[in-house]
Amino acid sequence: MSRSKNSLRVPLAKVRGLGSAKEGTGHFITQRVSAVGLFLLLPWLICSLIMSKVQFGWEHAAVWLNAPWNAVPCALFVIAAFTHMRVGMQVVIEDYIQRSGTRLLLLILNTFVALAGAVSALFAIFRVFSWV
Amino acid sequence: MADGVSAEKGKGGPDGRPLSPHLQIWRWHATMLTSILHRATGVALYGGALLFALWLVSIALGPQAYALSSALIATIPGQVILWGIVLSVSFHILSGLRHLVWDLGAGFNPKLSSLFSNLIIIGAVLLTAGIWYWSASSMPPAPRFQGMQIQ
Repeated sequence: MSRSKNSLRVPLAKVRGLGSAKEGTGHFITQRVSAVGLFLLLPWLICSLIMSKVQFGWEHAAVWLNAPWNAVPCALFVIAAFTHMRVGMQVVIEDYIQRSGTRLLLLILNTFVALAGAVSALFAIFRVFSWV
Repeated sequence: MADGVSAEKGKGGPDGRPLSPHLQIWRWHATMLTSILHRATGVALYGGALLFALWLVSIALGPQAYALSSALIATIPGQVILWGIVLSVSFHILSGLRHLVWDLGAGFNPKLSSLFSNLIIIGAVLLTAGIWYWSASSMPPAPRFQGMQIQ
């Protein structure tokens, strides 16, 4: 960043370090923290899905998702995965889409798709969990 | 205009000024391939996560919806997508682990980076094969997906 005396940035803006998008490095840190979470949750998810034999039919899948020790990590996985993929796709869109109108549209669409997917998945988990 | 890069290649920006070298200039190497694959698998897993959400919804909707999702997964395109997701997950998680190491400021030695890039590609294939073998050894007896039968 320019340190010249002619800089138009006020000292307060430099101290805050939030930049023109007003978000600073927040998305960068979010991407890394969700990655660490996924590194713990994904191996569990794959092992748990295979061991509970969900491919044997609906009963197996429902019993699997009905157990709290599966439903809670599964919900955590959904939150981490959809957070991670939203930030990741945002970076891809910002890198490759040149037209500002299209870019803005895709960024908003990205947020909507990620939120819709996450809320649907969380609602489904809660729905199955609520069956006693 | 007389700049080395733009004059040699006969290519420059719209104003005749040189451009930085792009993909076709670089020799392919392992770290470049893993970098591209990391992004490509990430984009693929965006779709994968949405399909996983749909699968969870199909459990919540009940036996009929789950039978439908199972039948779709059992088709050849369904299997290609499922194992494409597993391969993408395997690669992305190994490559992502290396990215976290890079973020700590370690592992930038070119030789080591290339070695790990190759190991990550091989590791992803082996991991996928292992998951496939494990899941195949616990498949239900034929007929595999009873939900396909109309009762």
